[in-house]
Amino acid sequence: MDVLNLAFVAAVLTSAAPVLYAALGGALCGRAGVFNIALEGQLLCGAFAAVAVSWWSGSPWLGVLAAVVSTAVFSFVLAVGAVAWRADPIIVAVGMNLLALGLTGFIMREALDATGTFAPAGLQGLPDLDAIDGVPVLGAVLGRATVLVPVAVVLAVALSLWLARTSVGLRLRGVGEHPEAATSLGVPVTRYQMATVVVAGALCGLGGAQLSLGTVTAFTENMTAGRGWVAVAAVMLAVNRPLWVLGACLLFGAAEAWGFRLQGIGLPQQLTDAAPYLVTLVVLVLSRIRVRRRLSAADPLAAENAAHPEAVIHPEETR
Amino acid sequence: MTDGTAARSAAGAPPAAELRGITKRFGPVLAVDGVDLVLERGTVHAVVGENGAGKSTLMSVLYGLHRPDAGQVLRDGREVRLSSPLDAIAAGLGMVHQNFRLFGSLTVAENVVYRAEPARFGLVDRSAAERRVEELSARIGLDVDPTARVDTLPLGVRQRVEILKALHRQAEVLILDEPTAVLTPGEVDSLFVVVRRMAEQGTTVALVTHKVREVLEATDRVTVLRDGVVTARLTTAQTTAGEVVEAMIGRGLVPAVNPRGAVSGEPVLEVSGVRMPAAPGASRVQDVSLRVSPGEVVGIAGVSGNGQRELVEAVVGLRTAQAGTVRLRGRDLAGLGVRERRGLGIAYVPEDRPGVGTAAALSVADNLALGHHRTPPIGRRGRLSPRAVRAQAADLVRRLGVKTAGVAVPLSSLSGGNAQKVVLARELHHEAALLVVEQPTQGVDVGAGEEIHRLLLDYRARGGAVLLVSYEISELRALADRVLVMLDGAVTAELDAADATEEVLGAAMVHGGGAHAAGTTTGGGAAR
Repeated sequence: MDVLNLAFVAAVLTSAAPVLYAALGGALCGRAGVFNIALEGQLLCGAFAAVAVSWWSGSPWLGVLAAVVSTAVFSFVLAVGAVAWRADPIIVAVGMNLLALGLTGFIMREALDATGTFAPAGLQGLPDLDAIDGVPVLGAVLGRATVLVPVAVVLAVALSLWLARTSVGLRLRGVGEHPEAATSLGVPVTRYQMATVVVAGALCGLGGAQLSLGTVTAFTENMTAGRGWVAVAAVMLAVNRPLWVLGACLLFGAAEAWGFRLQGIGLPQQLTDAAPYLVTLVVLVLSRIRVRRRLSAADPLAAENAAHPEAVIHPEETR
Repeated sequence: MTDGTAARSAAGAPPAAELRGITKRFGPVLAVDGVDLVLERGTVHAVVGENGAGKSTLMSVLYGLHRPDAGQVLRDGREVRLSSPLDAIAAGLGMVHQNFRLFGSLTVAENVVYRAEPARFGLVDRSAAERRVEELSARIGLDVDPTARVDTLPLGVRQRVEILKALHRQAEVLILDEPTAVLTPGEVDSLFVVVRRMAEQGTTVALVTHKVREVLEATDRVTVLRDGVVTARLTTAQTTAGEVVEAMIGRGLVPAVNPRGAVSGEPVLEVSGVRMPAAPGASRVQDVSLRVSPGEVVGIAGVSGNGQRELVEAVVGLRTAQAGTVRLRGRDLAGLGVRERRGLGIAYVPEDRPGVGTAAALSVADNLALGHHRTPPIGRRGRLSPRAVRAQAADLVRRLGVKTAGVAVPLSSLSGGNAQKVVLARELHHEAALLVVEQPTQGVDVGAGEEIHRLLLDYRARGGAVLLVSYEISELRALADRVLVMLDGAVTAELDAADATEEVLGAAMVHGGGAHAAGTTTGGGAAR
């Protein structure tokens, strides 16, 4: 196989991984009936905690652990605010995103004594998967990625199976779809939702750690640069299905990797940086058009019929 | 007085469930006042009453949704304390709510076993779940595909899924809350077969309803509630519809019936060759023609979704017909919108009262002014006169006997029957030539329904023309001069009211008109 193409696949996976972690968290929340748009802030929180603790301890693995724990703790804001106290999840999440941006910048200045970018000489990033470098194909694809990259892909598949096959997964799907029904059968809806939001926070922590200790080894103010929002778009595009989330994130990763290539042939960086967001936008618009087409008759009464097909009895069935 | 107590001592076994002296208040309102209810094992027991009579509250107490302020709940003779539906499920009770509590995107089997899954190592054992559904279905004679997604199923089948859910949880006492509200006539019949079968196998069924016919058809015992107290305990085999209705509404019911008689005069509404595109999930309207004369009620019969709504939309101007003409008193309405048509004399009572017919959050007075806001004395040069709005509202509320705490309260605080009276008052008080009305008594009490029928017949007697869409055969028989049957978007039969018996109409609604049609057959659908 063409080495260049394998390198491209490697670049796609590396670009996609942080977004994928966040989007999988978002999809889980969506399945539990919590609309989580705090992914951006949580990614940023994870990225910062990973760098800060890796630098302080000298161990990138402690950095990853810190990212997971601190982002999970951070997500309690959403879990308690939007789930337990029933505040509007959008408003809580907007607050979290602003808080994460401000707080990471502030701590960086005050505690780490850096502005803009924090990349001290001793900062340890996550190691590459050197061990599989020799393996054909796989080595070319993953040999220079961190272990968090393949784990993200495996996680997408695992979560998909978990939702479909396990008792807890079934109950979680029910919680999001019809909380009253789940409650009436004895499933503690609030507890399920809060736990899901915290787990999603942990996943965002992994995504942030991959971003700041894997993709690069540095923390930059607002380094997520909209990746959390792309994750939100991926969640909506995939209608909370983990495997579709994987597909959407790979598309985003491909656009980003492709953008680097275009930069290589001389296109201005501002333009190529915009590529993933443009692709996201185009795909979102296209998918909406498809939905609209399906509701062909565009008047409100017909749309209502389409939204409640159960209210319409087909004479064919009674004949 | 309590014949249930006598039956218990005779049979020797305690009743499957019993409520003793249940009292429940909501704030100042005494919803249920010292009610006793005895559900004998293996019987079908009707709990009937009008809206607000307390039957839902009583069943909520039995199912652990409400804690009673006083009284006891007994299961198999032993007192149980039910602080949530979970306690009720554990005590062998099950309830099928009026609004189903199903997960649309999950399969039938997943819905049935939810939170009581057959599992191995944390994985749901799908084939065991599907076998369980098949086994339960077979036991009570149901036919349900365990692998189907619930949101693809018709409402009647979804209800069966709810019943299976309860049976999977070993329910011995099953509460069905207004189970027929969402069903077609055929589905109602098969539900009652299932209910009978369950009772034969020892399940006790409490059937909450306000439809007297169902009480007589499907139950063994009847407990009637009115204003929170029991007004009658009857054995179905030994009672009559009149007796049940009297206990429900506290007086005898004289049903309003169309006196009928020759209809004359130029037609008010003339629809010819109208075609409408299909809305998703409904039939297109193909070449429908009809006319309605002054002082005539023309009923449109048919199962929901056979083009009735589309036809109505073409008449009132909500959507434009693809082909054909609609004339009001000879004038072609082509190109005219809803507002112009209303101005020319079309009044409309839509089927969807909370969504289309009313603005639930607005006051009763505002709802009565809707659509009249441009005509004096309410609206003058783009300005509303709040005083005129209130004055008109007070007048209409009094004349139609709408039960409301005032004209300033939100419409959502009214019962279904009173909200419908508000809609009728609004549509009728300016004496339009044509009234288009869909399902006028849906979600309306027996007593209020009778008053609404009377209002419609009064309007007819004053020379009004009525186009009546209804899925209730009894309503069409009571009100209509002529009945047209719609099937697949075409008028397949036209019957004089005298010929429109339950059997003929029921058959025509499902199979088309054919040989049963007494009058001429309009439209092209008879050939199917």
